[in-house]
Amino acid sequence: MAAGSFRFPRIDFSPELKALQQEVRDFLASERASGGYTPVADGWAFGVDLEFSRKLGQRGWLGMTWPKKYGGHERSSMERYVVTEELLAAGAPVSAHWVADRQSGPMLLKNGTEQQKQEILPRIAAGECFFAIGMSEPDSGSDLASLRTTATKVDGGWKINGRKIWSSGAHFCHYMIATVRTGGTRDEKNRHEGLSQFLIDLKGPGIQIRGIKNMAGDEHFNETVFDDAFVSDDCLLGKEGEGWHQVTSELGLERSGPERFLSSAITLTEAMRRIGDNPDSREAETIGKNVARLKAMRRMSLGVSALLQGGESPVVEAALVKDLGTKFESTLLNDVRQLIPTEAIGQSTDDYARTLSEGLLRVPSSTIRGGTNEVLRGIVARQLGLR
Amino acid sequence: MSSDENLIVDAAARIFGDLVSPSLINDAEAGIWPSELWAMLEESGLTLAWGNETLGGAGIEVVDGFSLLREAGRHSVPVPLAETMLASWLLGHAGVQYPAGPMTVAPTKINSNISLGPDGILSGTVRDIPFARVTEHIAVLADSEAGKVIALVKTSDCALREKKSIAGEPSDEVSFDGVKPVNVEPAPYGLDEQALFAMGAATRAVQIAGGLQKILDQSVQYSVERSQFGRPIAKFQAIQHGLAQLAGEAAAAGAAADAVAEAIAASGGLGVEARAEVAAAKTRIGEAATVGTAIAHQTHGAMGFTYEHSLHHATRRIWAWRDEFGNESYWAMELGRMIAAEGADNLWPFIAGKE
Repeated sequence: MAAGSFRFPRIDFSPELKALQQEVRDFLASERASGGYTPVADGWAFGVDLEFSRKLGQRGWLGMTWPKKYGGHERSSMERYVVTEELLAAGAPVSAHWVADRQSGPMLLKNGTEQQKQEILPRIAAGECFFAIGMSEPDSGSDLASLRTTATKVDGGWKINGRKIWSSGAHFCHYMIATVRTGGTRDEKNRHEGLSQFLIDLKGPGIQIRGIKNMAGDEHFNETVFDDAFVSDDCLLGKEGEGWHQVTSELGLERSGPERFLSSAITLTEAMRRIGDNPDSREAETIGKNVARLKAMRRMSLGVSALLQGGESPVVEAALVKDLGTKFESTLLNDVRQLIPTEAIGQSTDDYARTLSEGLLRVPSSTIRGGTNEVLRGIVARQLGLR
Repeated sequence: MSSDENLIVDAAARIFGDLVSPSLINDAEAGIWPSELWAMLEESGLTLAWGNETLGGAGIEVVDGFSLLREAGRHSVPVPLAETMLASWLLGHAGVQYPAGPMTVAPTKINSNISLGPDGILSGTVRDIPFARVTEHIAVLADSEAGKVIALVKTSDCALREKKSIAGEPSDEVSFDGVKPVNVEPAPYGLDEQALFAMGAATRAVQIAGGLQKILDQSVQYSVERSQFGRPIAKFQAIQHGLAQLAGEAAAAGAAADAVAEAIAASGGLGVEARAEVAAAKTRIGEAATVGTAIAHQTHGAMGFTYEHSLHHATRRIWAWRDEFGNESYWAMELGRMIAAEGADNLWPFIAGKE
């Protein structure tokens, strides 16, 4: 295969898929009109609205692909894609359930006990149970395998000690899936071995959660401290020592979805509302350029889901989507910003000014979360045969 | 993707691989016509790939024709393959029998004025007609009192002023004053300069996507072979990240090229929807062209700046194609106006489709 032959197969939308798309659009239009939500930039990462999450659960739009016996809806991954991209494009506040629906649920489905699946998955699908990610630590960011948090075997379970950082939403989440060390050390060459994943009840003993305010003013991040936090044996997810493999496949789910290029799209829509139907050359060019970028990104992202659906693991294509998509989110905001003079935001601020301001303040995180773009380029470079 | 695609692209890739060497491309720039290459392409039916079978064309699917052009773009094929395909596409709309030999099209801009008088004689001068001097015929879209017409003209009947594109390929000024066409037929409704321009833009966009694949391959290859500071430059993170970004641009261009080819094939013409896809593709691929060629040249260092190195075969063509049939700024404005006219709430349905 030539280095440049990346494949992004086309997905044809069936009439059923288009009907679902319209159903979500109608729901969002009516929610927005009735004040059920206010558009938010980067709504999948920062837009927490527990009531809105519950409404999506009632509609059957969470846990869509999971078995019905666990509260799921046995719909296709394309149907899930359609629902999520509509929510993102509309700037809906979908952050509360995002991690649980995207990766924790599927992870439990694969590695959880029957009891965990029966107890937890239906609650996620109902929009009533939320998960935090337990990967990064104060000294382990891009170099995830260097993590220090340990789980030590004790009678009937494990004792967890250490600190997880970022853990977005941990202050309202019910559980965390944490990747910790059950063997090996962070300095050894084989440090990828000896990692394991645990399901941790955040209300359990020995756990302290402290908020970390971000530069946008969001109370979103946390430091989660484990001090001899006990979890029972059945909380080990998958196999002891297989954590690295499990966590990288979890990251694969994170990287190519529509949230990697649609976080700022609402700002373009709202800017267009301001500009009106007769743009000048500069406005038309900015709109056109960004729509052209969006269309190509969407084609790539859909192509990756087609490959995933076909049982392939398009790690490199997914990395390309995230690298391009997250850079685009910043470009979009900075292009749009120059069309309409910036204004201070206040209580009566319209949706354009607010989502632009939120977007600009939050966008530095987009090229960092889920694997920095530098890490992703390293993955692409390896595939190209450079390293 | 149709089932024939691999066969056609494979056949073309074999011919290109066998015959299109760096020296052949340099010779072509020096004015030496690659007659063997052209003969092979013509015998294989590839030059009339888009031509209607009843008129002597190969009748290949539209998408497959675009795949062929991507492959041609990848090989910097220095003959008017794309132009002959475009000409046969245009002539096919009017049922004009295809002549043998290389062809090109006119006009290649939107505000040109070629007209056919009541006496059946053409008038008008147009610029930037690709490969004109090496062609035998030109497929011309002209105005007449009865509406748009499609005319087949002998190139030798026209007055040419030779010029060349940034790629070093012929891009001539052609005067049709006093020329009597070999054949004239009325153009079907909707086949106007805008449609021809859009089809040309789609063609160039797809060729660029092929060119970007080529310079990615070349840059990867070069970085592995070239050593500095005691190791291959591929081992430097700065180079790795540059090439990963080039790969991203090449991939985005490829995705946009697929999208436009499929849209034109699906709509069977260049109506509003297909034109919007063309606008999006030429805009995004034009952007990829700028970013991608800069990285390829930076990776190749001074070596890639020499005439002797073949990198410029692809990069100069990419730059020429980027500007031909509308640059990314032109098409972005077109697209922006189309979308704005529909209103903000139709932005997302435009991107993601609707019922």
